[in-house]
Amino acid sequence: MNTELLGVIVTFLITVLLAYPLGKYIAKVFKGERTITDFMDPLERLIFRISGINPTESMNWKQFLKAMLGINLLWFVYAFFLLLFQHKLPLNPDGNPGQTPDLAFNTAISFLVNCNLQHYSGETGVTYFTQLFVLTFLQFVSAATGIAVLAALFNGLKEKTTSSLGNFWNLLVKTITRILLPLCIVSAIVFAFNGTPASFDGKDTITTLQGDTVQVSRGPAAGMIAIKHLGTNGGGWFGANSAHPLENPNYFTAMLQLVLQVIIPIAMIFAMGFYLNRKKFAYVIFGVMTVGMLCLLIPTIITEINGNPAIARLGVAQATGAMEGKEVRFGPALSGYWSIVTTIISTGSVNSMHDSSMPLSGLMQLLAMMINAFYGGCGVGILNYYIYIIIAVFISGLMVGRTPEFMGHKVEAREIKIASLVWLLSAVLVKGGAALAAYFVTHHPDVAWAVKPSAWLNNPSYHGFSEILYEFTSSNANNGSGFEGLGDNNIFWNVSSGIVLILARFIPIIGPIAIAGLLANKKFIPESPGTLRTDSLTFGAMTFAVIVIVNALSFFPALALGPLAEYFSLQ
Amino acid sequence: MKSFLIPIKLTLVLIILCAGIYPLLIAFAGKMAPGGGKGETVQVNGKVVGYANVGQKFTEDKYFWGRPSAVDYNAAGSAGSNKGPSNPDYLKTVQDRIDSFLVHNPGVKKEDIPAETVTASGSGLDPDISPASAAIQVKRIAAVRDLPASKVQSLVEAHIQKPLFGPAKINVLKLNVALDELK
Repeated sequence: MNTELLGVIVTFLITVLLAYPLGKYIAKVFKGERTITDFMDPLERLIFRISGINPTESMNWKQFLKAMLGINLLWFVYAFFLLLFQHKLPLNPDGNPGQTPDLAFNTAISFLVNCNLQHYSGETGVTYFTQLFVLTFLQFVSAATGIAVLAALFNGLKEKTTSSLGNFWNLLVKTITRILLPLCIVSAIVFAFNGTPASFDGKDTITTLQGDTVQVSRGPAAGMIAIKHLGTNGGGWFGANSAHPLENPNYFTAMLQLVLQVIIPIAMIFAMGFYLNRKKFAYVIFGVMTVGMLCLLIPTIITEINGNPAIARLGVAQATGAMEGKEVRFGPALSGYWSIVTTIISTGSVNSMHDSSMPLSGLMQLLAMMINAFYGGCGVGILNYYIYIIIAVFISGLMVGRTPEFMGHKVEAREIKIASLVWLLSAVLVKGGAALAAYFVTHHPDVAWAVKPSAWLNNPSYHGFSEILYEFTSSNANNGSGFEGLGDNNIFWNVSSGIVLILARFIPIIGPIAIAGLLANKKFIPESPGTLRTDSLTFGAMTFAVIVIVNALSFFPALALGPLAEYFSLQ
Repeated sequence: MKSFLIPIKLTLVLIILCAGIYPLLIAFAGKMAPGGGKGETVQVNGKVVGYANVGQKFTEDKYFWGRPSAVDYNAAGSAGSNKGPSNPDYLKTVQDRIDSFLVHNPGVKKEDIPAETVTASGSGLDPDISPASAAIQVKRIAAVRDLPASKVQSLVEAHIQKPLFGPAKINVLKLNVALDELK
């Protein structure tokens, strides 16, 4: 067991050690300073020339959002139609069918918004063509969108008074050429050398040692697995995601995938410190987020190592912990760590089945997604945290009786209204969606959808409710993991979670950018002894308290009905 | 009009870069990897009997068994059982697996059965078992194959992989291939 805990600690330390220099590098890229990737310059110039982009043209917050939303709409239309007609396209060695319109809607949205909720199974629901030209493509650009938007926020915070947030096209392209692509190429090759398939060959049919005939799904998976983690996307090549032994062949690849998925979210915090020249501010944020992560992680690992009390009552040994839904090569400690990492940062890839996690772990996974700002997804994690900061600034301001200020700008009614709406939105989407689904399960169990509401839940009682709650929480957090027992490939889930996905992606992006744009336009007020210091430990604790209170108010009743009730019933 | 074309042209360029050039580059590099990027196979007398990393079904008493699988080890798909820890039907399934294991392995005590022997893996294709899970099957296999238990035991021990980090494990397919070669 000790080698397992050591594995977790080493993985986290490596991540932080690598994230620091990466953050420094990212800050340089966005400042346009010289970096070791300057050899990408000709490629970038070519991309700009073909597309007719002037990368130095500055955009105000409205132009920036218009460019971002416009190209996202285009990507959605492109993805939707390709998924719909994938059976007529090349690179389909397994002869998989086209997606139904509702499934194509859900899949296109889900990958567009960096969520990667998968209501299909990778082996049968998509073709090699759509895996690469739709899903992998969207994994790159959706992550780059998040990072580009965060860079715009940095620009808004950096200048005393400005209307320019930078050029969206320039930030988008450079994120891909200078951050995502180089790291992906290296790690994808490492995966290929550890046994992940990379060739375009289709399913293989083999006769096993015992004489059974089975098929083995394959395909060019290695590249997708690199970007799915680096971009905090999470959508896997195979149905079982990173629990699949070809997608994640050994403990080393698991460590690498864990490092890859957390590295950019943490690096962006440090990048903010370097970019704004406010390192202490960044360290305090990193500290708060790490404390938050540990509060979720430690109970999870302990409960997974201790095993399932109901299995213990059957009289077998649980020396290896709770193993339902877990792989022997990973064990309970790393699987517990993975389940928290993937939910705090909105990756949503899994190396164990969360539906079979212990109730307390399920609670922590849900909480992680509800908060969605302990590190958080590529770019958007800090945007979410920014909303909490604005609320904390406001409340602190009220407490000391001064007009709240953040980085030299007055935070006034308009900004607070935007922040509150963004925060209230998630409670509405999660609880509203769960209520609607629970209504259909109890009152209309026989509606003639592809999966009847009576057959949605794979588990009875409290755990069944957790499956519903998890799906909407995951959609709202743009996370993409699931309690996968849920029968979700039907029009209700495809459409309802699709709508939640769009709203929960773009409103929490538009909100912070609008706030940043509005604040940056205001007159700069120099710091005085009376200014609330946002880089102090006190303010860090204040933000943490805001996060806890806001989420407890929003979600405690729902959590009590699901994982908490199951926890107490198991004791 | 010109700005309207920017997203379309940029999208096309990025598709070529991220979905065309990038996977081809990885596929090319993968050709040099073990298994040529097609998955590493295990062969017996030149015949492929499986993939090293993909678990397969063993139900006969003469082989070491892997873990229960929600997809019956058909690697055309992959999935876990997604059963919740408090689900009564699920707990009954586990109880049945324990009973069945005890019937096939007389002399094994219930409290010695490791939980992973009777619980399904996340992928349904778990290629490994724990050393404890192999140890409790040694007696059955030695009896069926008419081999001294010590010989089977030492074969098991030779197949234990103890990585620097993470749990100790045994690849079931490789162990069973070696078992067939044991005289």
